[in-house]
Amino acid sequence: MNPKIVGTRVPRDDGRQKVTGESLYVDDIDIPGMIYGTTVRSPVASAKVVSVDWDEGYDWTGIVRVTAKDIPGENSLPLLIDDQKILADRRILHMHEPIALLACSDPTRLREARGHVRLRYKSQPMVSQIEDSLEAEVKVFGADNVFKDIQISKGDPATILPKCHHRLEESYITGHQEHLYLEPQGMIGAWQDGVLTLTGSLQCPYYVHKAMKAVFGLKDDEVRVNQAVTGGGFGGKEEYPSLLAAHVALLARKSGTPVKMVYERAEDMCATTKRHPSEVTIHGGVDEDGHLLALDVDVVLDGGAYCTLSPVVLSRAVLHAISAYRCDHVAVRGRVVATNTPPNGAFRGFGAPQTIFAMERMMDLIAETVGISPAEVRCRNHLQNGDSTATGQILQQGVSAGAVLQKALDASDFHSKWEAYQGSHSNRNRRGIGIALFMHGCGFTGHGERDLKSRAALRLFLDPQGKPRAQVLASTTDIGQGMRTTFRQIAAETLGIAFEQVELAPANTAGVPNSGPTVASRTCMVVGGLVAEAGKGCLQELGFSGTTSEVELAAALASTGAVTCEREYEPPPGLVWDDKNYRGSAYPTYGFGCTICEVEVDAVTFETRILDVVTCQDVGRAIHPSIVEGQIEGGTVQALGFAGFEKVVMHDGTMRNHDVSNYVIPTAADIAPIRVLIHEEPYSGGPFGAKGIGEMPMDGGAPAYVAAVSQAAGVSFQQVPILAEDVFAELLKKKAVKRS
Amino acid sequence: MKITFELNGALTTVDSPPLARFLDVLRDTLGLTATKEGCGEGECGTCSILVDGEVVNACLLPAIQVFGRSVETLESLSDPAGPLSKLQESLLATDGAQCGICTPGMVMAGTAFLRQLKATGAQPCDRSIRQAIAGNLCRCTGYSKIIEGIKMAAAQGTPQESAHD
Repeated sequence: MNPKIVGTRVPRDDGRQKVTGESLYVDDIDIPGMIYGTTVRSPVASAKVVSVDWDEGYDWTGIVRVTAKDIPGENSLPLLIDDQKILADRRILHMHEPIALLACSDPTRLREARGHVRLRYKSQPMVSQIEDSLEAEVKVFGADNVFKDIQISKGDPATILPKCHHRLEESYITGHQEHLYLEPQGMIGAWQDGVLTLTGSLQCPYYVHKAMKAVFGLKDDEVRVNQAVTGGGFGGKEEYPSLLAAHVALLARKSGTPVKMVYERAEDMCATTKRHPSEVTIHGGVDEDGHLLALDVDVVLDGGAYCTLSPVVLSRAVLHAISAYRCDHVAVRGRVVATNTPPNGAFRGFGAPQTIFAMERMMDLIAETVGISPAEVRCRNHLQNGDSTATGQILQQGVSAGAVLQKALDASDFHSKWEAYQGSHSNRNRRGIGIALFMHGCGFTGHGERDLKSRAALRLFLDPQGKPRAQVLASTTDIGQGMRTTFRQIAAETLGIAFEQVELAPANTAGVPNSGPTVASRTCMVVGGLVAEAGKGCLQELGFSGTTSEVELAAALASTGAVTCEREYEPPPGLVWDDKNYRGSAYPTYGFGCTICEVEVDAVTFETRILDVVTCQDVGRAIHPSIVEGQIEGGTVQALGFAGFEKVVMHDGTMRNHDVSNYVIPTAADIAPIRVLIHEEPYSGGPFGAKGIGEMPMDGGAPAYVAAVSQAAGVSFQQVPILAEDVFAELLKKKAVKRS
Repeated sequence: MKITFELNGALTTVDSPPLARFLDVLRDTLGLTATKEGCGEGECGTCSILVDGEVVNACLLPAIQVFGRSVETLESLSDPAGPLSKLQESLLATDGAQCGICTPGMVMAGTAFLRQLKATGAQPCDRSIRQAIAGNLCRCTGYSKIIEGIKMAAAQGTPQESAHD
């Protein structure tokens, strides 16, 4: 079959509404009788709560007030270990932790009332960063401040490492990163006849559904969660919206009216999750030609004050620590620790960008030590078909590391540029070029998909004109990544009907099955796969073994009536994972990518200008090439932001630069065109061969950028972000510039 | 106080405190929600509108400042189910809108840029387009497809004026 719809650039499902401004985001939705809510937050990072009182001299008429006492059941937000409070009651563990909630029909009075809530507390010592956490006597979590400890072991690195020709050691640091989705968090909650309805900016309707059932003791059909059009997520709207949902639901319950809460930008930046800061130390052993012989990697992530999804983030971090390289003797230890800072959570890449940054910088160090180019060291060590990963997973097929590396090298003219830029540090404008090779596991880790039992369905029916029409039923959300369009393409291609004849049911828990969360580069590959299987099931029910003509399909539907087919995820054969020992198939398949970045550093102002970015990424199959390019371009720019622009200044447990003026993300003027090369190494387990693509573009930008800046500046950087002041400070340290 | 101005071609009067944010006047008083709020500090450009043809952040604009002036919002460029402006069509074709929250501001900044090209007869280049939308942040696209869209609209000649011009 020659696909007619898959692989084409059909018009985006929601494109027209978006370019005309007709799309309704949470803040655009008005419900009769709706009032506005706000959150009163902790001004301190670590404290015992004495009391929460209301200023008696203030007129509270018309203002609804909620504290932890108003929570009907347990004061905990159900996630992995339920440690996070809905509203702090006895202990405060981080700045901006929610203390009380207010609602009022007048937003101006609401802001004023916030200043009349009196929190009495006793300050406690705090743990502010990773180093303090592991040593601290202050316990933020458990007996040792460690949320999760994971070890991976392969071969015998302890014996092999000391015998290696070259032994290298280096530590790498990455900072917080703020999602800065341009639409802040927002949610509307309403109760009617015992049913709680939530409409929000969110990625995972069923996460909110599950959490609200637990918090309010409700049954499945007593909670309805709708996704409003969502203005960006990037992981920031994976788990956090459950907390916001609990807050608006509490206010709506007490007030008896619908309540809308939309965060102000500063509040969103201060209070919501960020990417986990990391410290990664690598001991590497190579032979005289730079072949990897043994690696010992220690990973520590800063989880913040509550667990959130940190253990799972750590899991992906350690599983990507060796990245796209072959090494027979490996030890990886990962820990995620607690600090008195706002909880960190899901962010595109989910731990992998942190460890991949470290491993890629180590590869550059190996190249330098051995005396070969950064491209050559990658050519000598990248994974190939038949190799095994750190967990012992044998990659039988589809390893495209060599292919994407070669394509990116050719397109960027890496070799000659790298040679030309070596040692040329006399001009004011100094150039450098850097490379990163990486891979990203698609879908949930290990048994995640098996345990999740995601479902999606297709309904095939005749429209009033007598034409076959299909409706996709899935709880997967479009957060800008183009899922609505992609699913319509997959369904239309599978059924052999026109793209226009497929629609999507609204992402509302009352009407669609639980397809699992919209995360982990699983939407197209896993849920899209279920849509394709459901499509095949519909055709089978009508007596067809494959696609057929529209006339025959219409005739069959006319005689049989509408058919609906639902499919549940089944793991591909041979996928065995040992979660206790971290052995086996960590992911069903991997995408591979190579990013090359060229920069110019001004030796007087220390500013870096990006000259060229080339990235080649293996997506298995590009269902919609423009959408795939958009993911790669956007993810790469987000990664360049992580590398060279976005510095969260965390001081005394709070983000000091909590505004868009001082936390700088790349503008159009900061970025060169991203040259995208799509590589397609089809994966048999994905629809039409598709792998995941959402997260992988976040993996390579930072190490490639830092390598380029390092070559240009003539000093080696081992951390992100690097801003102009960091380049200056490093050169000053190396006495390469004088303070004047 | 009563503030009279031209809104998307029609003479409009609102009763508003003079220092109210014009963004709130648009969204809450007039119910025009295409213009979004991203940061409230004039940094992200999500609330970009045109005042006498110039790109302005509505979140920093006191309502009184539109008195006697001409305001254009995204709503002026197309009617529901009606034809789109060239730039809107081009952004559809290049997939320039992902999550869509920056799109209204981006379209207004792009429209002003295209009109300026028409007025001066200048040819757009990658750099001039990047400068023209440097005040509008996008977190999804990496800007490439937005720039392509603006380039495509420019190549098609005259940008469509707002329906009421």
